[in-house]
Amino acid sequence: MNVFDRAYDDPVRVLDEDGTVVGDVPDLETEELVGIYRDMRLARHFDGRAVSLQRQGRMGTYPPLSGQEGAQVGSATALAEDDWIVPSYREHGAAFVHGLPPERTLLYWMGHGDGARAPDDVNVFPIAVPIASHVPHAVGGAWASKLRGDDDVFVCYFGDGATSEGDFHEACNFAGVFDTPTVLFCNNNQWAISVPRERQTRSATLAQKAEAYGFDGVQVDGMDPLAVYAVTEAAVEKARDPPDGRLRPTLIEAVQYRFGAHTTADDPTVYRDDDEVERWRRKDPIPRLERYLRDEGILDDDRVDAIEAEVEERVADAIEAAESAPRPEPRALFEHAYAELPPELEAQYAELTALREERGDAAFLGE
Amino acid sequence: MSDTQNLTLVQAVRDGLHGELRADDDVVVMGQDVGKNGGVFRATEGLYDEFGGDRVVDTPLAESAIVGCAVGMAAMGMRPVPEIQFSGFMYPGYDQIVSHMARFRARSRGRFTLPMTLRAPYGGGIRAPEHHSESKEAFYAHEAGLKVVVPSTPYDTKGLLAASIRDPDPVIFLEPKLIYRAFREEVPEEAYTVPIGEAATRREGDDVAVFTYGAMTRPTLEAAETLAEEGIDCEVLDLRTISPLDREAIVDAFERTGRAAVVHEAPKTAGLAAEITAILQKEALLYQEAPIERITGFDVPYPLYALEDYYLPSATRIEEGIREAAEFEP
Repeated sequence: MNVFDRAYDDPVRVLDEDGTVVGDVPDLETEELVGIYRDMRLARHFDGRAVSLQRQGRMGTYPPLSGQEGAQVGSATALAEDDWIVPSYREHGAAFVHGLPPERTLLYWMGHGDGARAPDDVNVFPIAVPIASHVPHAVGGAWASKLRGDDDVFVCYFGDGATSEGDFHEACNFAGVFDTPTVLFCNNNQWAISVPRERQTRSATLAQKAEAYGFDGVQVDGMDPLAVYAVTEAAVEKARDPPDGRLRPTLIEAVQYRFGAHTTADDPTVYRDDDEVERWRRKDPIPRLERYLRDEGILDDDRVDAIEAEVEERVADAIEAAESAPRPEPRALFEHAYAELPPELEAQYAELTALREERGDAAFLGE
Repeated sequence: MSDTQNLTLVQAVRDGLHGELRADDDVVVMGQDVGKNGGVFRATEGLYDEFGGDRVVDTPLAESAIVGCAVGMAAMGMRPVPEIQFSGFMYPGYDQIVSHMARFRARSRGRFTLPMTLRAPYGGGIRAPEHHSESKEAFYAHEAGLKVVVPSTPYDTKGLLAASIRDPDPVIFLEPKLIYRAFREEVPEEAYTVPIGEAATRREGDDVAVFTYGAMTRPTLEAAETLAEEGIDCEVLDLRTISPLDREAIVDAFERTGRAAVVHEAPKTAGLAAEITAILQKEALLYQEAPIERITGFDVPYPLYALEDYYLPSATRIEEGIREAAEFEP
């Protein structure tokens, strides 16, 4: 059955919580399956280290992703290199899969503006912090792709809270009207900070909201990486080459859970109970896929250990690279505001430079 | 010598859009009613017929998405020219303007730039309903990363619009709708640009430097002629771009006259006149012979039309203000 012909409340599933196959396993090479596992392990380990760095005062506020690896890695694995990711602020794992070096993510949350800049050959938009305001960018980017005859699909990630915002609706409406190659990927992690999914909308599902805009909506078990891969792959393929009678855009609702806090500045024990967290932990995407891969004879203890070591080394290297990055020069304040530095900004920079030379950085940094 | 056409300001907008649409396939005009209808002020008339619905795009009614989608298109290298039907309706798109349009270059450390030009008819004096007459250019001038252009003549409109569309940075292009059809001017048929960031001297004089822009340029010139008969000789500088300001021209005109007045229809508090006054205070204090006069709209919500003639600086109010600056004796 075409994944888009399902009932909105009938999520696509491939593996159950024990890793047992309950749906169609996507046609992936063994190493691609291992890659999904490795990337989820990378995202999880990165996340733990990032939270720890924040606690140690080595990093600023950080939004954790644990629990959402299946949705992020599963979806990003389905993209071609030239496709674009338009993230909110939590899709570190998806960005790594699409080629963003993890030290960039660390740099950003350590307060370096350079962290928001993906390398030129990595098609990831800068992180967007306001809720849902980046969804129109993804539709506009996809619209440009279509108008110019390019083949690139734009995948936009946002949370369940974003679906309450006007920008989400305006963007969905434009995506439908202009039939843009956009995959609207909702990471429904149940909580918009402290506000539960039930308080976000009276719709039975978020997926069904697509109905109002004339394109497909589909729910997927967001903690089942293979199901997410399958759904995203189908949505990307449809965006590139829609069959007669179907529009290019798809709204994917990936049902999942944020194990940790909204950000390191948030305390979720205030608004949700441990039982709920425990219930969702049983759906953890990582052991689920591991069990399946072990059962298939693809993974064994040695391979798992090797992956663990590889992931730990990669994150340690990223932390070292980010922490050894020098403090950005103040010129960075000015030089990216406009394509050409206006004389008034040049004058303001000269003023700052003169004072810095005269009084030293200590006068600015309180060191 | 190229051929010219005798155009109104709004026809110059259309002519400017036409030239850029023809010259560059990446230019896309988009907004409510800009397509088949040709725009509520006819600023896009005929463009849909010539360039089709993919380049002159009738969008749903959604300011945030109009600006936000243009941000995405521009990030991918297109040159969208979104129109907001009235500047008073820019607020639903304001989050996109300040959170993204102004900052995309800085946020991406220069990887992306947004060559987009957001057009809107703005300003008062046309007997319009609420939310159709406001003058909030200071909002946008305050936002780093944007350029803000306000033309006052058909010639400048066409040239500044072309310059804005070709500019690598995002431009807010505010069209004073009071003078959309108030007069005509010979405008070259071929495309040309008027540089962003350069003021134009509309009248030379030695006694008082008067700084203005947009629809206020004409009553200011009228006031200057009246005052000339009394022997007060005004230099009138049309700023044309309010961000970046042509600080050099402003300071230069002030240094030659020692007296200044600033005229705009926006409210006084924290308006452009305050900024210009501060520039002169800092850059040319020792030339100052009189307090700098601000002749502006009042700090009140823009009124319904029965009172708008009291709100907008008239030639008489402008004349009075300039006379204050001219006659002040310490």
